[in-house]
Amino acid sequence: MTSFPRPAEGTWTEHYPDLGTGPVSFEDSISPEFYERERDAIFRQAWLNVGRIDDLPRNGTWFTKDIVAARTSVLVTRDLEGEVRAFHNVCRHRGNKLVWATTPTQEACGVARQFACKYHGWRYGLDGGCTYVHQEDEFFGIDKSELGLAPVHCEVWAGFIFVNLAATPRQRLREYLGPMVGALEEYPFDAMTERYSFRAENNSNWKVFIDAFQEYYHVPPLHTHQLGPSFRNPEATFEAAHYQLDGPHRVVSTSGSHKHLFPEEHLYPSEMLLRSGNMGPWDAPVIDRPLAGVNPGEVKRWGIDNFQIFPNLEILIYERNWYLSYRFWPTSHNTHVFEADLWFTPATNARERLAREYAAVTVKEYALQDAGTLDGTQLGLESRAFTSHPLNDQEILVRHFHKTVADWVGAHERSAAEVGR
Amino acid sequence: MSASLLPSQFADLEPFATTWCLATEPERWARRLETSLDDMQAFYDACFPRAEDAIRHCDGFDLHDMPGDVERLLQLLCSFALVSYPIEVWRQTLPVDTGSARLDRVREP
Repeated sequence: MTSFPRPAEGTWTEHYPDLGTGPVSFEDSISPEFYERERDAIFRQAWLNVGRIDDLPRNGTWFTKDIVAARTSVLVTRDLEGEVRAFHNVCRHRGNKLVWATTPTQEACGVARQFACKYHGWRYGLDGGCTYVHQEDEFFGIDKSELGLAPVHCEVWAGFIFVNLAATPRQRLREYLGPMVGALEEYPFDAMTERYSFRAENNSNWKVFIDAFQEYYHVPPLHTHQLGPSFRNPEATFEAAHYQLDGPHRVVSTSGSHKHLFPEEHLYPSEMLLRSGNMGPWDAPVIDRPLAGVNPGEVKRWGIDNFQIFPNLEILIYERNWYLSYRFWPTSHNTHVFEADLWFTPATNARERLAREYAAVTVKEYALQDAGTLDGTQLGLESRAFTSHPLNDQEILVRHFHKTVADWVGAHERSAAEVGR
Repeated sequence: MSASLLPSQFADLEPFATTWCLATEPERWARRLETSLDDMQAFYDACFPRAEDAIRHCDGFDLHDMPGDVERLLQLLCSFALVSYPIEVWRQTLPVDTGSARLDRVREP
């Protein structure tokens, strides 16, 4: 029995016939060889979100982002004219990693007028141009104007900074994001500047963790504690109100009773005291601008939009006017770095600060449960005890994601073969 | 008598101040991991009935320009929020099924 209308085909999955309904292999999540193929086909081809404009608050600010899967580190700057630029974080001279703080293996950020290589002192402006070559007259016929940093394609959309490591990206960023994600362009992300950030190094393939966040089928069994003890029911069902696919991107929207309207006996004492919890602070800030792009399925009693932006960005927009962004950075076939940011309108007093704090605490509590199961999923899959897995209609996004990954790897390798012919 | 850390109206919470007035989540999380459930229960039981008054007290000051004792009271409330999970929800220090997972807060307001 379904609570929400489904497409004419009867299921979400069959509404997208290319997906099929058969069992799915997760060999793509356990194979070192497939990971090597993803690195070139996805992480050196797709637009990758490396930060927000909030990370470059004024001219002269910069940060580095290590993209292990793409075998590089990117230096992102806001130059003295205010333009956001990105470069390979590598000195033109002998290939030393150009900018780092305490160790080259950690990311860094700061404010500068120029960058100086620690090795031989070559310097570069925020626009990437080479400004100084140490003992320049010892070199043989070099021209500084040709010795700038290697630029990386960089575009900003709705305050999100993306880079693309392809020599020539197949699409501009806005075209890549497509109409469904692109509709969020005017969403008031820029009003939500109060940020709580988390980082983890997880022992699973990057896609295995993304899968945990793109279906809610797991919520009643794994997160039974989201309701008070007398209301816990691991056999409760969960049905999302809307699923939608658009190119390589996906969204799932939820609907249901909002936490702040729950009967008291379902809630924990601290949720009532602090008026906050797993759906965020109960007292939503007033934002006198349209919430552009949200709730694409126009579901009633809309709760959350969970946008999965290919390949590794997730934006969760909550009905209480705040959002979460997750990024998943592979570091090997069975490890990845997980980054989570919670974004709120700035608290104006202690009560609001505490409601945000409690929401941030809550996200961590339940994310630890998600992350805790990861080791087990990766170990189980690596056993190859099963080589294909049944997925239900509520797991349509998992199905679409793995198909998209396979399609990208296949398309990239076909086009590389054509070029090589 | 040693100088009090909290506003005088909250002298009853003073026994918890040196343990739980911590400025950052990583410090609070580390304290949670090293504190017994019984000790967290004692802190929770003392703090819960006073929390609403404490929030009102803090709200009487500019969030970004609080006197030291008020700032510490807000820190105590942040610790209370963190401790509420082992007490109310998990009945153990870490979330159920955390396994070997970690999640470090690397930035906060």
